[in-house]
Amino acid sequence: MFGGLLQYVISGLTVGSAYGLTALGFTMIFNTTGVINFAQGEFVMLGGMMSVMLHQAGLNLPAAVILAVAAATAVGAAVERLAIRPVRRATAINLVIVTIGVSICLRGLAMLAWGKDTLRLPNFSGAAPLPVFGASLMPQSLWVLGVTLLILLGLRLFFSRSIHGKGMLACAYQRKAAYLVGISVERMAMLSFALSAATGAVGGAILAPLTMTSYDVGVMLGLKGFAAAVLGGLGNPFGAAAGGLILGVLESLGAGYVSSAYKDALAFIILLVLLFVKPSGLFGRKSAERV
Amino acid sequence: MRRALPGALSPVLFFAAAMAAPFVLSNQYYVSVMTLCAINALIVLGLNLLLGFAGQISLGHAAFFGIGAYASAILTTTYAWPIWAGMLAGVCLAAAVAWLIGVPALKLHGHYLAMATLGFGVIVQIALNETTWLTGGPSGFVGVPRLTLFGYTFASDRSYYFLCAGTLALAVALSRNLIASRTGRALRAIHTSEGAATAMGVHTSRYKLFVFILSAVYAAVAGVLYAHYLGFVAPASFGFHFSVQLITMVVLGGMASIWGAVAGAAFLTSLPEFLRALENIDILVYGLVLVLCMIYLPGGLAGGAAKLAKILSNRIAGHAGRA
Repeated sequence: MFGGLLQYVISGLTVGSAYGLTALGFTMIFNTTGVINFAQGEFVMLGGMMSVMLHQAGLNLPAAVILAVAAATAVGAAVERLAIRPVRRATAINLVIVTIGVSICLRGLAMLAWGKDTLRLPNFSGAAPLPVFGASLMPQSLWVLGVTLLILLGLRLFFSRSIHGKGMLACAYQRKAAYLVGISVERMAMLSFALSAATGAVGGAILAPLTMTSYDVGVMLGLKGFAAAVLGGLGNPFGAAAGGLILGVLESLGAGYVSSAYKDALAFIILLVLLFVKPSGLFGRKSAERV
Repeated sequence: MRRALPGALSPVLFFAAAMAAPFVLSNQYYVSVMTLCAINALIVLGLNLLLGFAGQISLGHAAFFGIGAYASAILTTTYAWPIWAGMLAGVCLAAAVAWLIGVPALKLHGHYLAMATLGFGVIVQIALNETTWLTGGPSGFVGVPRLTLFGYTFASDRSYYFLCAGTLALAVALSRNLIASRTGRALRAIHTSEGAATAMGVHTSRYKLFVFILSAVYAAVAGVLYAHYLGFVAPASFGFHFSVQLITMVVLGGMASIWGAVAGAAFLTSLPEFLRALENIDILVYGLVLVLCMIYLPGGLAGGAAKLAKILSNRIAGHAGRA
């Protein structure tokens, strides 16, 4: 009984980490630029797919993952420069449509380049599950949780210690004021896209050995990531990460105890109830923005 | 800008043009594409009232389209209801669901409202997928009868197109009247500032709920037309993708523009058909067109057309001035 519960929690936390990383990406871009980036899921997809492709091309696993993340980061920066900057004065809804167009393009490119097959990345360190109090823990889950934690710590340091991190925070508070004190808002916007592409790509790469990957995994991951970001109170990066973990665990428990067919529905039903009870997310401040 | 046509004339002209279209484009394939355009335009028209005029986003409108389609399909096929009753029930069910969701959801703002409606849409799609005993599951629901009203069966594609285009023209006229009315003014006031609207005595929550339900009704009417046209419904047609596509149609057509809604729906519904010749890269070009349109036509097709008309009329005025 306890073993079963633990098992669900472990797998929930693992998947939730990926949601959390996606949500973190949403939040960073939203804070710095005010854009809800619907192409966030595609960054996750790119991380996973490019890792697989580079690994198949003969690179060893760490090199493939690092190179894939670097490439996705470049794609993120390019997206900001080519698609977002030309319309940065547009209304929020227009910007959303632009990111939807970008996500369609990225997905189309991935499909053309790598086909429609579902692919798997080998486990980072063996596939023998470790027994933990009657549940079994995949070594890859440890990787996922560990890397997620590292990224959170790294971002925490980045935002509190580095000048660029502080610049991004300043943009989040007041873009105009940040501009007035000499922060290059444009560069911060590009940095936020690059950074969230990197975060998303890492999530995609570390999850790929567990859940497989294909050109279209970005859609559902992006959706869940957005849900997690809203659950955590949009604009709060660590709330977003927590939102991802909560969503992952709820989903996993729902799949285990209620019905696996309705696991996605369950996650969203809980989300709706939460929103109706607490309209600004779990950790969010009250806001009155409009799309 | 100068009003080009007296108010009542343009829907009539639109109706005439829509009725003449199948005689010009008589190919059956064109007629079926135009029918789908009309059906999508109906949903987008409703969504534009909600998003473009009242400023409330919904990322779950495909669900209302689906509820209408499925309810009518199941009632008329499995339970052998007469078609008019099934259609009516489908629309009423969608309105009831919109009321249930709208009361709590419309208290939310901005991205939270987007998330709530998105979640609702995903839940409905999953329910359509999983209740296999009722809906036939992911493989869809077959054998929906062709529409028969007052003893007349809309058997040919062309007659069905006339029905859909007629319904659309009716909806256009209705929406125009609504926009020009007290309700329309209230909706625009809510868009500009909900606080100010409340302060001026506009009952904002009631108006928001009204326009939400109205847009759901538009979507459900489109849904029943869709189900009895194709004779087949599958959950994949009513998912998140379609909701996003609907929003895209509203924005690309032009927010808060009735004709923009119709143009956006027609453009994005027929675009994949044109791109089919490009085979594999069609999806890529579709995405590119979206991005480029938003970069170069921020006001959508309607905004672009207005700008073009202004430039042209300035040119003409300039010529006249010099002559």
